[in-house]
Amino acid sequence: MDELYRDQILEHYKRPHNFGVVEGADLEYEDTNPFCGDEQHVTIKLGPDDRVSEIAFEGKGCAISTAATSLLTDELVGMSREELLRLPKDYVLELLGIDISATRMKCAMLGLKIVKSAALGRPAEWEDEGETGSPAEAATF
Amino acid sequence: MEQATANSPAGAFPIERVREQFPLLAREIGGAPVAYLDSGASSQRVLASIEAVDDYERRHHSNVHRGSHTLSAEATEAYEGARNIVAGHIGAADRREVLFVRNATEALNLVARAWGDANVGAGDRIVLTEMEHHSNIVPWQQLAERVGAEIDWAPIDDDGVLDLDALRALLERGPKLLAVAHVSNVLGTENPLAEISAMAHDAGAIVVADGAQAAPKTALDVAALGVDFYAITGHKLYGPTGIGTLWGKLDLLRAMPPFLGGGSMIRKVTREGTTYADVPARFEAGTPAIAQAIGMGAAFEWLDTELGMEAVRDHERAMADYTLEKLADVPGLKVFGPPRGPERLGPVSFEIDGIHAHDVSEILDRHGIAVRAGHHCAQVLMDRLGITATARASFGVYTTTEEIDRLVDGLEDARRVFGL
Repeated sequence: MDELYRDQILEHYKRPHNFGVVEGADLEYEDTNPFCGDEQHVTIKLGPDDRVSEIAFEGKGCAISTAATSLLTDELVGMSREELLRLPKDYVLELLGIDISATRMKCAMLGLKIVKSAALGRPAEWEDEGETGSPAEAATF
Repeated sequence: MEQATANSPAGAFPIERVREQFPLLAREIGGAPVAYLDSGASSQRVLASIEAVDDYERRHHSNVHRGSHTLSAEATEAYEGARNIVAGHIGAADRREVLFVRNATEALNLVARAWGDANVGAGDRIVLTEMEHHSNIVPWQQLAERVGAEIDWAPIDDDGVLDLDALRALLERGPKLLAVAHVSNVLGTENPLAEISAMAHDAGAIVVADGAQAAPKTALDVAALGVDFYAITGHKLYGPTGIGTLWGKLDLLRAMPPFLGGGSMIRKVTREGTTYADVPARFEAGTPAIAQAIGMGAAFEWLDTELGMEAVRDHERAMADYTLEKLADVPGLKVFGPPRGPERLGPVSFEIDGIHAHDVSEILDRHGIAVRAGHHCAQVLMDRLGITATARASFGVYTTTEEIDRLVDGLEDARRVFGL
């Protein structure tokens, strides 16, 4: 089986989970991968306890960025905005379960960056290339 | 070495001898010899240029236009010698029309700053085309923002060919300037610069041509093209990074204020102010990229003496034609840009239904095939085409049909991996 393009990745690429737009979203953010121009748009609805009750994403991207955001958005219902902001890069890498090269790290982290930006209400910035940079430290209120 | 000329019969391009002159082509990637199909991003380095830089660094390095000692004189002679070579290669009437800059981007910024700030004002119009690289968009947007000018976009048709009637209509609005790519870095379209220049001049606009992609593929005669400024970069022409050329008409350059201030670009500096040096020194502030200029000159000299740009163009056309023919057989593959024909050069950009360009590139890399994936710094064009990314195969003098065959095999593998 292909190391990078294993069945789970291709399955999420071809039929991404949580694909679409949440009506009446409380949080939303759209960003692009500056490396290739791929776009994702994330919408989030918060429950009465201020935790994620619904989340969706839409956009055009490669297998890695699409699968990463599909897998990520499966896990976020019930989290507070603070918890979203503290999610580390490894959280996404463990969901993907594959080795991500430095050149594809931006693809893998696009969804996480957008989720954090939505939670923050402004662009969440961290150095997401290679092994350096901690999104958990970069994105706080 | 025997010279190949425009009169060489088809197939006589000395491809094996050419490939021997590019040391990097001996590299293996993923256990296979590299098939380098990314020369549109940066071409590989020709031995003659590598050796010229090496010889300069080891034996002749000093600053230029400074000391009267032997080494400074040698460095100056080599640096100005490179200017002569570039001038000859592009058909400049006067060597002073050749400015050394960092790259095509800096060349275009120089025009936008020095000519633009002095000649474009509030309410003036600037015409760009939809197929421009960001380097020929952003400097003009910045200029428009500084002075309050307006930008008009000349459209392309669905084949990626500039709509000349629409361009003519935009020119009737009396713009100050038209900025246009000679060859598109995505579509492989060659714009009819001479015709476009005549149209623009009739309307009173000057023409700034981005030649970053055209210069490596075709013989240049800037006078015949009729443009006012022409930008090229060395690293797409088998030379080093960090060096390029802005060619400009001498009367325009002479009338322009400086771009950057500093050493070399002055005539006299006093407490009260500075008077500026003549062209080209006025536009070459600070110690220039001496070794890189020499390396670019050596690469141009190699192209001119060993191949001739007519043969280079024939080879480029042959590779583009072969690639278009072969890609037509790949299921679900769509090519962007004009169909096969005499005006169709490389690169060849494409997408495959069901596989993102990044994933195509990743899988090709496993086979030792280097292509570029992404928006190619042409997001206005991507928007016009309704896409975000393409994969792009671009060619050099060393490209072979075997490498194109490997590309096609690699694409079949990508389809297999994605279960298509």
